[in-house]
Parts: sequence; structure tokens; C-alpha cells
Amino acid sequence: MRLMGRDLVALLLFAGFAAVPLLANLLQDPFLLVIATRMLAFAIAAMGLDLVLGYGALVSFGHAAYLGIGAYAVTILMRLGVYDIGLHLLAGIAAAVVFAVGTGAVSLRTRGVYFIMITLAFSQMAYFFFVSFSALGGDDGASLPQRSTLFGHDLLENDLWLFWLALGLLIGLFLVCRAIVGSRFGRVLCGARENPQRMQAIGFVPFGYQLTAYVISGAITSIAGVLLANQAEFVSPALMNWHRSGELIVMVVLGGIGTLSGAIAGAVLALLLEETLAGFTQYWKLWFGLFLVGIVLFAPGGVQGLVARIKLQIGSRR
Amino acid sequence: MSVVLSAQGLRKSYGALTVTDNLSLDLHQDELLAVIGPNGAGKTTLINQLSGQLRPDAGRVVLAGRDISDQSMAQRVHLGMARTFQITSILPGFSVLENVALAVQARSGSSFRFFRAAAGQRRLNDAAMAHLAEVDLDADAQRRAADLSHGKQRQLELAIALATDPHILLLDEPLAGTGGAEAARLVALMQRLKARHSILLIEHDMRAVFALANRIAVMVYGQIIATGTPDEIRANPRVRAAYLGQESV
Repeated sequence: MRLMGRDLVALLLFAGFAAVPLLANLLQDPFLLVIATRMLAFAIAAMGLDLVLGYGALVSFGHAAYLGIGAYAVTILMRLGVYDIGLHLLAGIAAAVVFAVGTGAVSLRTRGVYFIMITLAFSQMAYFFFVSFSALGGDDGASLPQRSTLFGHDLLENDLWLFWLALGLLIGLFLVCRAIVGSRFGRVLCGARENPQRMQAIGFVPFGYQLTAYVISGAITSIAGVLLANQAEFVSPALMNWHRSGELIVMVVLGGIGTLSGAIAGAVLALLLEETLAGFTQYWKLWFGLFLVGIVLFAPGGVQGLVARIKLQIGSRR
Repeated sequence: MSVVLSAQGLRKSYGALTVTDNLSLDLHQDELLAVIGPNGAGKTTLINQLSGQLRPDAGRVVLAGRDISDQSMAQRVHLGMARTFQITSILPGFSVLENVALAVQARSGSSFRFFRAAAGQRRLNDAAMAHLAEVDLDADAQRRAADLSHGKQRQLELAIALATDPHILLLDEPLAGTGGAEAARLVALMQRLKARHSILLIEHDMRAVFALANRIAVMVYGQIIATGTPDEIRANPRVRAAYLGQESV
């Protein structure tokens, strides 16, 4: 396995996460663990989105639907008396795959703005489906009776264990995504982003590859939904609102489109900004927006782009 | 000589404008057939229909005796047909080597492989390097394709086309926008390629056309008005009137 600069950023992020429990202990602030777990879940979702957005240039404005699908998989299975997290993950992924195959096959017949709009439309359909599903709490959502169990143990009731599970999943999924983008499949996906005409002229039909990527992306994002449901012990349609889809895109842009570690960094940064800015003012979204404009104008490529530029600077000084 | 590719009664119109007008044309085994004609004659539209990028309104495209009119561009590549574009069409963000390796990949094994790193696959890289050497671009293998000079990008596009292992090449103005030394290199390259490939070449550079072509077809307003050896074309009065004009060639 070849280590690259981007991997270094990911390693630093993972190490930073691993230090959170210690920090929470030191500062006697258990809330840190809660925030960090949410960061991990959103990092997984952003990474999943980046697979299609960054590597496939397919701007999905409907990825919140997969967060919701994962979360509702937990709610529904618990109502049916199934509490195991492994089964929750499997069910969430399976449902996400079904939803992604259906909506992706239709959406991928369009391009550009139309793709954005149609993915948005599908996710809003999912949103309103759960809004009107009164047995699951409808618009208000519903609390979970408990967290998912791990091999029959209620280990995850402890915030610390949930945190480690989320970190483990993030690292595992990072390695999976990293392998995918470097594989034969990943090359075809990136090639279709670079120049679809050229891809057809060497004998590839991008559709099948793009649909597969879209399905993988949705499945990964649904895993984040399972984690978020467990973290909050509460599931409502708000999780799949189109605002959420926008936030996921913002995370990817903040971190640097088309870099997996960038998506993770973006999720961390976005939640960090939200927490700190919200502490100063209730109009934090205004400042967040200004910050985002600044990033796009002055640091295109986001966090990952900044790191690359700093490295270039250091390199040229030597 | 056997016919490898033929257009039979192709028609294509956009509204009232007929771009391809009942056009029939044969490409023979191992020949270089140049299609010349004034701008707007419909040469690129012809290549687009032959390669499958455009569907003709009527007529057939026949490859080695088989009607391929309903096949997509991607399917035709797998039947041994490759093309280059008038406006350079490469993968700008990929390295030169990756550009060609991806074309090799299209013809060798499944691309629904998700885990093994493509960058380390010798089978892809070795074949890609061989094609790069064929177009004298092996020294630039690790550079980003977007950073190459225009002439080198044209060479790269040829290497990509060759990597799909075609026996028919459709080249749409490969010399467009290239200067003296670059153009000479490309002409020499096509000279080598025509020994092993059947080539349909669209080109405006008449010196190159008359140096390379076994046969020349002259196209005006969507129709072939004359076909023949370079000498026959040069002597044809209709061609001189319609296209070559007073220019001496």
C-alpha cells in the first residue's frame, strides 16, 4: 500500500479522534464524546457522498434520504423486536441499495442541474413519506426505546463504546473507499467525470459504473444514519430534509471535493463551526455562510487544497 | 482489395439542412482513405455516423460485411473501430500513462473490480507504455495530460485510440492546430500506422493528405463528388472547381 499526503491528513484526523475520549475525561466534559460521535457519523456520510460528487462529478442533492433510510431501519426493526446493530446496518444498507438502484437508474438519465433537481425530488419524496407515516411518529419523529445491541450486549448504551464503534466504521469505510477509487472501477468512474465522450470512444458505457457508484455511495451514507439514530436515540424526518442534503454537500466542499480525507475534514470542520458559532450568536448560519463563501473564493479545494498548497510552499523554500 | 468498412446511402439532416446526402463510401483493407472538402461539407458528421456517435436518418454502416448501424459507439470500439476527435478529447486530469492504461483496460478484463489498485497492474501499464512508445510519448508518461503541448495531446489521443486495439482508425483532423515539427511528427506516425491499420482520415492540410493517402474522396455539401488516387483527384476538373480552386497542389 502506497502512503500519500492525503493519507497523512486522514491519519492525523483518526489520531485526533482517538484522543477525544482522553480529552473528554481530562476536561470532565462528556458532551465532547457526543459531538465527536456525530462528527464521525457525518464524516462517513460526507465520504459516501464524495464518492459520487467528487469522483463521479454527480452532484446528488438528495443524500439526506440515505441518512433517513439508515435511521428508520433502526426504528422499524426495533418496533419489530430486532435490536442487533449488525442487523440494523444490514437492513439500512439493503434498503439504501434498493432506493439507490431505483432512483439512481432514473436520475442518471439526466445531467447537471437536472440531476441535482431529480435527486432532490426523490429525497423529498422519501422525506414526505416518513412525515406522513404517523405510526413512526410522523413529522415529530419518535424516540428509540434503547440503543442497538452489539452481539446481545447493551454496550452501546455507553457513549464511549458508540464512539469507538463509529470510529472503527469510519476507518474501515475509509479503507474501502480508498481501495475503490484506486481500482479499475474507480478509474472508469473518474474517467467518466473527466470526459464521458472519450470514455465511450474507448468502449465504456459510463451509466453502469455511475449507477454502481451511486448505490455504494447511498449504502455508505445509510450506515451514518444508523449511527446518528443510535447517538440521538431519536429518529425524525428532519434527518432527511433537503437542508441536510445541502449540509452534506457543504461538508464535502469545505474539505475539498474528490478527496476522501477532505470529506472527513469537512464534516469535522462544519460541525466544529456550528458548535462554536452557535455559542456566540443565534445567527451563526450567517457567519457560517460567509466562511463558506471565503473558502470557495480564497481556498478552492477546501482543507485538502490548503494542505497541498502549504506543502508546496514548504517544498519550494527548501 | 477487401472492403472493411462501408457507408451505404447514409442520410442525415438537421431540419432543412441536409448534412449527409445519400452518401456511400468504402474503406479498403490497410489503406489510408482521406476525405477532403470545404468547411461545412459534412466530414465530421460522416465520422460521427461511422463511429456511432450519431445515428443516420437513413442508410447503413457495414463493418466487414456486418450491419452495425444499431451499435453504439462503445460497442463499435469492441468490434475494432477507434476514433480521434477534431477537438482533442483526452482525460485532462489523468496522467498520460493513465489515459492510455484506461483504454487498455477497456479491452482487457472486467472493470467491475473494486479493490486491487489499478495503478499497480503491470498488464495495463506495460501495454500502455508500448503504445506510448509507438507515438514517441513514453518520456512524458508521468505528466498530467492537461500539461502537455497541443501537439503532444494529439499524439496522446492517437495512443489512446491505438490502445483499444483497433483495425480501423477514424481520424478527424489530427493535424488541426499543430505547427511545423509537431505536424511532421504526426504525419510520420500516420505513415507508420497505415501499414497495419485501415485509416479514414479527415484533414485540411493538403500536403499531408497527398503524401499519406492511397485514395482520396472529395466531399461537398454532404455528397462525395469524386473518389480516386491522389493523381486522379489532382487532375479532376470538378474537384478543382469545387474545392481545390486555384491553389496548386
